This record gives sequence, structure tokens and C-alpha cells, in this order.
Amino acid sequence: MTGPAGRGTTSRAHGRDIAVVAFAQTRHTRRTDDMSEVEMLMPVLHQVLSQTGLRTGDVGFTCSGSSDYLAGRAFSFTMALDGVGAWPPISESHVEMDGAWALYEAWVKLLTGESDTALVYAYGKSSPGELRDVLTRQLDPYYTAPLWPDSVALAALQAQALIDAGEADEPELAGVAARSRRDAAANPHAQLQGEVPRGRHLVRPLRVSDCPPIGDGAAAVVLAAGDRARELCERPAWIRGMDHRIEAHGLGVRDLTRSPSTRLAAEHAGLFERPVDTAELHAPFTSQELVLRRSLDLDARVRVNPSGGALAANPVMAAGLIRIGEAASRIHSGESDRALAHATSGPCLQHNLVAVLEGEAHAG
Amino acid sequence: MPPVLRAPFVVEFPFTRSLGPVQSAFLTGLRERTVLGVRTVDGRVLVPPVEYDPVTADEIRDLVEVGATGTVTTWAWNEDPRPRQPLATPFAWVLVRLDGADTSLLHVLDAPGPDAVRTGMRVRARWAAERTGAITDIACFEPYEGEPAGPARPHSGRFPEPVTGIVAPARLDYTCTPGRAQSRHLAALEGRRTVGERCPSCRKVYVPPRGACPTCGVATEEQVEVGPRGTVTTFCIVNIKAKGLDIEVPYVYAHIALDGAGLALHGRIGGIPYDEVRMGLRVEPVWREGSRHPDHYRPSGEPDADYDTYKELL
Repeated sequence: MTGPAGRGTTSRAHGRDIAVVAFAQTRHTRRTDDMSEVEMLMPVLHQVLSQTGLRTGDVGFTCSGSSDYLAGRAFSFTMALDGVGAWPPISESHVEMDGAWALYEAWVKLLTGESDTALVYAYGKSSPGELRDVLTRQLDPYYTAPLWPDSVALAALQAQALIDAGEADEPELAGVAARSRRDAAANPHAQLQGEVPRGRHLVRPLRVSDCPPIGDGAAAVVLAAGDRARELCERPAWIRGMDHRIEAHGLGVRDLTRSPSTRLAAEHAGLFERPVDTAELHAPFTSQELVLRRSLDLDARVRVNPSGGALAANPVMAAGLIRIGEAASRIHSGESDRALAHATSGPCLQHNLVAVLEGEAHAG
Repeated sequence: MPPVLRAPFVVEFPFTRSLGPVQSAFLTGLRERTVLGVRTVDGRVLVPPVEYDPVTADEIRDLVEVGATGTVTTWAWNEDPRPRQPLATPFAWVLVRLDGADTSLLHVLDAPGPDAVRTGMRVRARWAAERTGAITDIACFEPYEGEPAGPARPHSGRFPEPVTGIVAPARLDYTCTPGRAQSRHLAALEGRRTVGERCPSCRKVYVPPRGACPTCGVATEEQVEVGPRGTVTTFCIVNIKAKGLDIEVPYVYAHIALDGAGLALHGRIGGIPYDEVRMGLRVEPVWREGSRHPDHYRPSGEPDADYDTYKELL
């Protein structure tokens, strides 16, 4: 039961249950000058493999997410492949996107039955470049990119639209920031924790504290199907549904106070069938969390971003995959029974992915 | 652990892009101080115009002219303009719905401060003195108290000498740091030594090392000095002179397995006529003052290596 006209994208619709069985991430930091990408990534790969007892050669499919524009190098993902032992040849793919979309590709691969296990990883070092300038290169090259509007500026336009619509004010934004960094105090991987001063306006109405930290980091996840998942993990986080939708690139065509693509993806992923207890939202800016909460009807009963979310650590290209990993971890540990994970890409929440994860009832 | 190395690195491309009929008309129009939009199937006017209806995906070509005046639909005050942004003094990013349009255009607004900007304020385009057919032909918007322009009017989209393409320069500046394994390697090269790393699992020696064994997927740590001499495992003859490279053609580019290395690296072969280079030739590095890498490799004078000694390294 997944939405209109049987166009659902739940695992069960395809007759195969697939779960997140392991998750690991780096301690995210402002810079990692003493490490190359593969050196940063490798400990994380080894952690997820050791959690499951798998070795690189045992994994059926490998998929990664990263960006050449962060690395400043063409085909940069091929260097990271050294970390997964790509000889003799493995079944491998890459998305020039956040690792959440690599996980989507791996999930589809497992749904086809071609493989029973998948390794998904993502990494990004923002420190070598000027991230705000780098991200302008993903914009429409005719009308928008020549003006070099940076990521904070575009998020600020969205925040002001929300304020103009009477749906938020600066204190409410500050509240999101404070709660995120407070929650992040319990997250050993977070880059920003605890009391963070609001700071000056970076681009008004957004202050420093409304924006994510810029940093380097990596994450990895292992997926497995059916009984294989039960062998590899005591309480697998079953992916009940996953979908992603995109909106027009023209900012002036969209209603920036809403995220209809997130809403639609959530409907197709089966989010509204039953309540969730936890939501990991990929909202790099405080104002975006408010947009997402409203578009997903999340009320006070849902624990939003117990990890601190992207406001506590936002390694570009890995932050969305981390949302899925964090949600899955809470299911693994029994803290959550049904969780939502969300990832975003593009300016002002242009492209959004929603996954619904569940744990089976506790034994006894 | 040697100190972290850093080097500036610039990625710069002049992206040359062709324009379709709608974008061509829009950008040519800006050159002529005329703002065009496009009418969708359901009658809305999109500015800036697109070639396909965002709702129905139908091809749309129904061009209209809208005003160069409009209303701010949202804004954000930018206190610290970044180097390539349109104005060097603090400005507002704005979405402007031009008179006659149903959607908003992203641009910048020149205003004395954030208190002078509000959603709903009236603005007009300030045209650039030199216009080429680009979004930056609108230098910026500025506050405007005059009469609004009327509704959108039909426009043929035809201009003399239409702009059919744009060149979008894109430059990004990076500061590269090579990481642990490559830093060690580069530090050793300063002493004219070549150091690789041995995989703890398969025992292969990687040079230059990248910190991981691509076969085993494990970290490499143990440092191993290789060379300086090595064997040509395979080679090619280069007949095309590279721009800005001061090497006479033809020359030989070769894979060279340094003694003790588990794989070959590449380098230029000199000191021997190009047509006398062969597989198995024994070579040694030639260093130039002030260079971090060997300039080239030359014959060491030893007898050629046996094929069996390097066949696994081809």
C-alpha cells in the first residue's frame, strides 16, 4: 500500500526485503589536510565490514557518492576505489551526488535479486576549495550561475520567503539551531556541539548559527536482503519504502516555503501509512528544517534529528547518507521502531529523497 | 610525519554553450534592453523563459515582452560580496517578478542597506554599459518609484544579429594537500629518494603510494625505498609536441619498474635515440636542480633485464 495507482516503491511491492545492517562515519572536522580522500574513507569502510564480518570480496555490489567539484579533479572517485579492493574486478557504480542516491541505486540493485549484499559509501572534503563558490557550479549555467549566487545566499532567500509568509521568525530559526547543536553533544562524530553563538548575519536573515559547518567527512553503509540481513545484524533496519522527486531548477518558478517534492517522495515511500517516531532530516539550514517539518506533517511527537543533523556536521556528498545511517542506527539499537530518513540535493531543497525504515518487533 | 604540504590549484574552463531559440531570444533581448518571457500552455508568463512547460513538458515558443520594472518577491541582504558576484559593494539578492510576468527572476539589487529593502518593493533594471547577450547585461536592479509597465505583449523574438551562444567562464581556486602517503613520498623525493609502501596483506610495493592497496582494500604503512635504477617494461613514441612543453619530438614515454617496486611508474626516456629504446632496457633517473621529480630516465649501462624478471609488472 504505497500511494496512488500502485506506483509505490516499497520493498514489499517487489517481493524482497532489504535492510541497512551496518553504518559507520568519520569524526567530521573542518579540515583533514593530513589525509587524502581514500585515507579518510578507509577506516569507515573497515568499520562497516567488521560490523558485519564481511570482507571486501564478499560484497555483491558497491556504490559510492562524491563530487569532482569538491575534489577539483576529474574522475576523483576512481582514487577512492583503492579503499574497497577493486581488483580482481568488482561490480561497482558511482553517482556524482550525495551517497543517499548511491544507496538508492544499491537498493534497486538488490531488489532485482542480482545481489544479496551491497556496500555504499560517500565522502567529501570541502576544505580544499571555497565551498560556497564550488556549489554555484551546480546551478543553471545560462541565467543563474553567471551571477555566482552562493549556497548561503540562496538558502537566505528561502528563509526570507518563509518569514514573509509569516511561517517563521529569527527566534524560531535560532531555536532550531540551538536544539540541533544541543542534541549533537551526544554525537561523537559531530563537528559543532553544544552552545553555538548565533553570530552575525552571513546573508540576512541567516546568521552564522543558521548555517551548517563546512567540513570533511565520510560514511559507509552495508545493505543486505532477507535472511542475509538477519545473519549480519541482530535487528536490521528494513527499508519499507524509498522514493526521490525533483522540482524545477528555476527558483522563481517554485514556492520556496514548501517542499512538494519531499511530500511526494514521502507519500510514495509509504511514510503516511503509520506514524514514525524518529526523523533524520537533511536540512543544512535552520529554515529548511521548518519547511521540511511542515511538508511532512511532523509534529512534536516525532524526534527530529537526534544526531544534531546537518547543522552539526554537513560533509557534502555524505550528509544525506548519514541521515539514513543515523536513522538505521537508532533502529539497530532499539531506540526507534519506525524512522524517516531524508536527503536533499540542489539549491533550496530542489531534489529530495525519503526512506522509511523499520525494525521488527522485539523478541519476547 | 613530514609537515603537511600545500599547493594552490586552479581549475578554470571557458564553458562554451549554445542557446536554443528561446534562450537566444531572451539573451539577445537583454542586449537590446528588452526583456522577453514565454507563455505556458495554461497562459502563465515565465521570466526568465524556458523551452519546455514546467507542468506539461510541452515545447513552448510563444514569446512575449514584459517590463524592465517589477516587484521584489523575496530578498536576502549580502553584507560581504564574494569576488565574482555582480556588485562589489553590499547588495541584496532578489527574486523579482517583472511587470507582466507570473514568475520571478533571480538577480541583485543595489540599495544603501537592508533597511531600504522589503518584499513588495518596486524596482527596475539598471542596464550594463556594455551588453553582450548575457544575464549580466542587467547590471543589477535599483529602487524605482515610477509607474508599473503594462501586461505582457506579443513579441516575435527576432532581433538583428541574434546571440546564439554564451561563453561562461568558470574558475575555482583550491588549495591541495596530498595526504599522508603522498606527503611522505614527496618528502623523500626532496632527498632524491623514491619511497613506496608495502601492502601488509599481499606484500606488493606501491609507488607512488596512495595509502591503500587497491587489491586488498587495506591501508599501507610500511615504507620501502625503491630504485633508483629500474627497467623499461613498455613504452610509446610521442610524435605530438605538447603546448608549452619544451621537449623535442619524437621522444619516448615509458613504464619503468624501479628495482623493488611492485608496479611500474611512468617517465620520459632520454640520453638514447628514441628508436633504440626497448623493453628490458635498464635506466636510472636524471635530476634537475630545483625539481621535485626526476626530469627523465637514461640508460644505466647495465645489460638488459630478462623478460621473466619484469613480465608481472607490465
